[in-house]
Amino acid sequence: METILTQLNPGKVKWRGIANILRKYRAQKYLFIMLLPVLAYFAIFHYGPIYGVLIAFQDYRILDGISGSPWVGLANFWDLFSGATFLQVLRNSLIINFYKLVFGFPAPILLALLINEVNRSWFKKTVQTISYMPHFLSWIILSGLIIEILSPSRGPVNLILSWFGVKPIYFITEPGWFRSILVSSEIWRNVGFSTIIYLAAIAGINPEMYEAAEVDGINRIRKIWYITLPSMIPVIVILLILATGSIINDDFEQVYNLLNAKVQDVGNVISTYTYTEGLTRMNYSYAAAVGLFKNVVSLVMVLSANMLAKKLTEETII
Amino acid sequence: MRIKQSAGDTVFMVLVYVLLTLLCFLFLVPIMQVVTVSVSPAEIINRYGFHLIPTKFDFNGYVLVMHNSQIWLAYKNTIVRTVLGTSITVLLTFMGAYPLSKKYLVHRKFWTGFIVLTMFFSGGLIPSYLLVKNLGLMNTVWALVLPSAVSAYMLLVVRSFIAGLPESLEESAQIDGANEIFVLFLIIIPLSLPIIATVGLYSAIFHWNAWFDSMIYIQDGKKQVLQILLRNILLVGSDPSWETSTGGLKMNVNSESLKMATLVVSMAPILAVYPFLQKYFLKGALIGSIKG
Repeated sequence: METILTQLNPGKVKWRGIANILRKYRAQKYLFIMLLPVLAYFAIFHYGPIYGVLIAFQDYRILDGISGSPWVGLANFWDLFSGATFLQVLRNSLIINFYKLVFGFPAPILLALLINEVNRSWFKKTVQTISYMPHFLSWIILSGLIIEILSPSRGPVNLILSWFGVKPIYFITEPGWFRSILVSSEIWRNVGFSTIIYLAAIAGINPEMYEAAEVDGINRIRKIWYITLPSMIPVIVILLILATGSIINDDFEQVYNLLNAKVQDVGNVISTYTYTEGLTRMNYSYAAAVGLFKNVVSLVMVLSANMLAKKLTEETII
Repeated sequence: MRIKQSAGDTVFMVLVYVLLTLLCFLFLVPIMQVVTVSVSPAEIINRYGFHLIPTKFDFNGYVLVMHNSQIWLAYKNTIVRTVLGTSITVLLTFMGAYPLSKKYLVHRKFWTGFIVLTMFFSGGLIPSYLLVKNLGLMNTVWALVLPSAVSAYMLLVVRSFIAGLPESLEESAQIDGANEIFVLFLIIIPLSLPIIATVGLYSAIFHWNAWFDSMIYIQDGKKQVLQILLRNILLVGSDPSWETSTGGLKMNVNSESLKMATLVVSMAPILAVYPFLQKYFLKGALIGSIKG
């Protein structure tokens, strides 16, 4: 019936279709009254900037706006790749994030295995609570703590080094040390909180496996190696894939608060570069191009990581 | 039946306890150092090494902090943005999650996709900054609470929580003639207290710790949040207003103890509450990483 009508008078059916849909929306008006502010929020504050990214293809002038500014095609992107700074910044980001992944990824797995071995629950809870602590503090506070601890004039780290006859090192301004500080402070902040997912995975292991192992008289280290760790592999693989997918996303709040003039060459990353180019030098279009390049790379990588993870398990990430 | 531990296992267990205790120290030492420096007189501060337990007390750093009106103003600004921001976030998240949890919603897939897409792609810093500027939100608290009002991710978490609630309760209310808005506020929200706590606490800690938005959107010093003030004192250098705020009173205060006192004052509220609220944060971390 429907198809015959469509052939005879497509226009009329189309209008009837729209009226039908409108009727459906009206029937659910209360649901949409609730949903509307949320959709408006996403339209303005998320799709607004996505539209605004057009300035990456313009020579944006704030008084003329997007409609009045001249279009320059890919000129900003040519500038990006012909200048030396961006390539150096990209390299810094990738190196720092690669080290964070290599050292930071296994750290919570090891900590979770250690915590799991503890059989006194008060000790376990205390260790967990203390290890979560840095996760709840802002990078401004954490930078304050880090600078204090690494202080050349009274920091404990330099004190310990002095016992071995090492002269005080001003770590924060030392290009050779800066990336290590970023990597280790990142681990320090997140290692505890990241154990949560692994401890949950361990809690899901069938206790019968351990009981069987106990009957066979297998020691604790072997139990970890042959039961606990293999049972965690699915979770580990998925989290590793997801972490690899976001290797281009750096932690602006961390790097920006620790960055100083002496370590620019090794510590300036994409996000801090975007900020200084865009908001302190007012090169809006150029900085938007830097940001767009990063976001596109990130989108491709995160989507492929999600697809891969989805393929490996039937569980969806979102 | 209890199986006796072998000697190897005993050694291993001792090692586990020792290692974890050392790790705890690694987390605590920076805090202890800062707290100790903040209450110590200059002669001790400038001595080299560990300051983990205060031996001599000097609270001048705190006296200066207490008398600084800017700190209290910044504290107030932070509290305002946290309360306002968290309320807006919880309200909007539920207003979005509830309709989207209804399988019969018209074009449900499309509207969900409209929101989920923003998790994967964003315009970036510069377009977001220009948007806030063009909307005329600069120098207002709205610039701090609106751009981050709803997290698509949290919305999905709440949506699946609501979808898991028994439908019979809702149906009986609808028979009584209540529309969905009443159902959300009178039935769904009271049943969702644990997930509200999770969403609310994540939002509250975000707002308490946020500073970057305040740095770029707020130019008026009187509207600045606590974290920015702390940043100015700690990292950028001393704040010129310190001298005026003490009314020209010359105090022999080591600027370090003053920095550390500000640091302690700004992290104390979080350190005091997080141990009691951690279960809600754990829940958020878990729902997130397994599936939504």
